Amino acid sequence: MAANEKPGKARRGVFPTILDETYAVPMTQPFWDAAKEDRLVAPRCMTCGTFRLPPAPFCWVCQAQEVDWVELPGTGTVYTYTVVRHPLHPDLAEVVPYVSGLIELDGTQGAGARMLANIIDCDPEQIRIGTRVRIMFDHVNEEMSTPRFRPLDGESGS
Amino acid sequence: MTIRDKTAIVGVGATPYYRRGESYPQTELEMACRAILLALEDAGLTVADVDGFALFAYGYDPAQVAATLGVPEVRFSAQLTSGGGGSAGALGLAAAAIEAGMATCVVSYMTLQQRGRRIGGTAKGGFPEHALGSYGGHAVSPLAAFTANDGLIAPGHQFAWLAQRHMHLYGTKREHFAEVCIASRENARRRPETALHTKPLTLDDYFNARMISDPLCLFDYTVESDGAVAVITVAADRAKDLRQPPAYILASAHGGNGRWGPSHLQWFQTPDDEFASSGHRPVAKRLYEMAGIAPADVDVALLYDHFSPMVIMQLEDYGFAPIGEGGPFVADGHIRWKTGSIPVNTHGGHLSEAYIIGMTHVREAVEQLRGVAVNQVDGAEIALVTGGPAALPVSSLLLRR
Repeated sequence: MAANEKPGKARRGVFPTILDETYAVPMTQPFWDAAKEDRLVAPRCMTCGTFRLPPAPFCWVCQAQEVDWVELPGTGTVYTYTVVRHPLHPDLAEVVPYVSGLIELDGTQGAGARMLANIIDCDPEQIRIGTRVRIMFDHVNEEMSTPRFRPLDGESGS
Repeated sequence: MTIRDKTAIVGVGATPYYRRGESYPQTELEMACRAILLALEDAGLTVADVDGFALFAYGYDPAQVAATLGVPEVRFSAQLTSGGGGSAGALGLAAAAIEAGMATCVVSYMTLQQRGRRIGGTAKGGFPEHALGSYGGHAVSPLAAFTANDGLIAPGHQFAWLAQRHMHLYGTKREHFAEVCIASRENARRRPETALHTKPLTLDDYFNARMISDPLCLFDYTVESDGAVAVITVAADRAKDLRQPPAYILASAHGGNGRWGPSHLQWFQTPDDEFASSGHRPVAKRLYEMAGIAPADVDVALLYDHFSPMVIMQLEDYGFAPIGEGGPFVADGHIRWKTGSIPVNTHGGHLSEAYIIGMTHVREAVEQLRGVAVNQVDGAEIALVTGGPAALPVSSLLLRR
């Protein structure tokens, strides 16, 4: 558990940052640089336009290496999710139930850019496949800004 | 050239199955060796005959086993990559080694003791290593930061995702998952000598159980257990002269589409048309082609059931039910012993009998084809065994009498 996540600081529904270092390399650094500024960027293949999340050294469509980093709107749609109710670790007793979901990101034309994240500030019983969400970043330290999503009010359900 | 009908499973051995941690003070090595010795005795062979190992899921080191048992010479020692998805495919690996002339008597086994650790739980005193991508002592991967903090820290979480998506697309219901659990439990109840869970399970029990990770409740999860199972494979012509009726390896296949990829805890760009599946579709196609049979020819199916919804998806991917109709298919009673069109997990499966990472399914298939299973399917000629859904590769095996 990260040093900043002291016992007692747990917040229901918010999965704690258990890795507070990014171990960034040039392939991943732009994501974390943008996250620090509350911006979501994703690497897109220069040759065929396929997004690669998590960042990857080669494109799975055309095997090219080079990417440009594209800023995305930060909104998306829940593709699938689970409500975790059983605390797998004692530190999670104060956290469950929490929602983890797979988010299809707007602005990627379905081209392979999904993100996996904790969905917070929601009633877990109201989350559905199709719920609209927006990203936020929890600035844990100089290095790590943990991405999470929140439902967009008035747009949930499908 | 294929491995079709070239080899046979001739011996099966197992320790008792124990609840998690209760095999102590035996060790995993001791249980592996005990299961192997029982399998050799079953076949009418001895340690002196053994010259190969074909394993899966980071199987217990054959170097230790060979030294402990005094195997005269090891000529083949290999395993399928990744985890439990390779259980059925390990037998295909054994068959390939024998057919290629690299070994003559190949042992496949799994030994498991969950003391101080829980597969699919958290590492003792900390979060699971896989969340940090540091299995095997490697440096932390720069990709770990993309998955460590998302809250998905156990296999149940990822399979909950697939189940949720299947429910959304096809209208699959928790009642359907319950039927898989109840059918397995009914089978386990008739074999208390091996099954760890033999209490009746009702629909009310199911719906009153605590939720673990929606839509999965306690009963949708595998039993947690200890024990070891070993099987012996030799060439078909040699098999005829041994102690037991051979269970011929009709076909085996493993793999999957590349973008099925690693565990969904670390990888989440599986194509849309394959996401709510067991990952087995391409493997099933190759398996049936190698065997030259159709799903209707299968008499009993031993499907890897770490999580009940994955049984439903495998019934679809192996052609017993159309894609998306696995739920209503089980609700119609098709997987029940005696009355169903394709009895599934007649031993009780991982859900009710025991979890030795797929090897109990291989054992049951062999017993069905010998005609000695507790829940015997009348006249069973062909048995299907699967390994996974899991990270790539998933695998399967067809055995015939």
